[in-house]
Amino acid sequence: MNIFTGIAFVFLAPLLGGLVAGFDRKISARLQGRIGPPLFQPFYDVGKLLQKENLVVRKSQRLYMEFFLVLIILTGAIFFSGGDLLLVIFAFTMAGVFFALGGYKASSPYSFIGAQREVLQMMSYEPAVMLAAVGMYMVTGSFQVADIVAYPQPLIFKLPGLFLAFFFILPIKFRKSPFDLATSHHAHQELVKGITTEFSGRTLALIEIAHWYEYIFVLGIGYLFFASNVWLGLVMTLVIFELLLVVDNATARVRWQAMLGSAWVVALIAGGLNIIYLMLLRG
Amino acid sequence: MGMLSRSPWVIHYDGSSCNGCDIEVLAALMPRFDVERFGVVNTGNPKHADIFLLTGSINEQNKPVVLNIYNQMPEPKVVLAVGICATSGGIFRECYNVLGGADKVLPVDVYVPGCSVRPEAIIDAVVKGVGILEEKRAALRNNLKSAVSQA
Repeated sequence: MNIFTGIAFVFLAPLLGGLVAGFDRKISARLQGRIGPPLFQPFYDVGKLLQKENLVVRKSQRLYMEFFLVLIILTGAIFFSGGDLLLVIFAFTMAGVFFALGGYKASSPYSFIGAQREVLQMMSYEPAVMLAAVGMYMVTGSFQVADIVAYPQPLIFKLPGLFLAFFFILPIKFRKSPFDLATSHHAHQELVKGITTEFSGRTLALIEIAHWYEYIFVLGIGYLFFASNVWLGLVMTLVIFELLLVVDNATARVRWQAMLGSAWVVALIAGGLNIIYLMLLRG
Repeated sequence: MGMLSRSPWVIHYDGSSCNGCDIEVLAALMPRFDVERFGVVNTGNPKHADIFLLTGSINEQNKPVVLNIYNQMPEPKVVLAVGICATSGGIFRECYNVLGGADKVLPVDVYVPGCSVRPEAIIDAVVKGVGILEEKRAALRNNLKSAVSQA
């Protein structure tokens, strides 16, 4: 873990993230008994969006999405170069704020509600992410990602509750059922397209690419729980993603009250008990 | 093959159809035909769509809606008139409130007759529409180039 892995993230994450998105659509189609699109379909989609006319409501709405992309890249770069986990979470939150602001800026009723829901989603996942960082610190004694990765045992044995809380909020970050409130890959008719309703052409392509970066970064946090062995980590990350797709296809969307309530309850009970356990362990 | 023809996103609007054609449109998305194999996504948002798939005839009430959807779609875009009602008005042609097919208000690119159309015909129409999409893209590009060279 050094500056080179951070640079590698900047260049490789869109390729990997696009493949993850393609894999997602393929597996989802298979779970629904369909054949599904080619694995490279997300790349075709973005390629097409780059060729389309760019319709805007306000000229500045693109700027927010550019900030979103830049901050997501920054988040991942700090994370993958082994930087401070707290700084990573802060940068990640900033990226989310700009995404929501872009939705507000477009000022159509649909993107407005989408942006409100995006903010609620951020409120829902934030406690679990923060507690996960705290738990990792309590086990390894450091907030540096490089030190957390270097810890000799898989963190999952010490942090099962925090892992559960993390897995619970994963559908929020991947925009999957049951928590795909702000914008969704399925059920396109509800809220038109949520927060991305007013974005088209190049700007939408930009948002898609930012989401690919986001996928890789979020899967990277999942990897941290199994980081003691590279292969175990990679396999378990794939397993987590697979489970996420099964959950996505097996559940219906919930209302935001249920999302916020359940995410906080799981984070505070499972995560909180886990942290109390760690404190007792320390004596 | 360009990127446009690999990911046509469709917006489906039911003008005043009897729902027969709409059921067939949905059938095309279902496991048996699965148009997502070709990258087709049924989007509800005109700003994300490339292909406007219109079923049912045009009347005074849905005319502004149809125009509104069409005008919100980014270029290049293609209109498919799906089903006999959308192509000519069909059996409702003589009704006092029916203006006729989709071509009364929109520049239709592909006509797909049938009552109701079969999913195979819809998929065929989308493939035709995708070809026209590429042509329109090339035309847009040439227009832009000539405008730049004139300026």
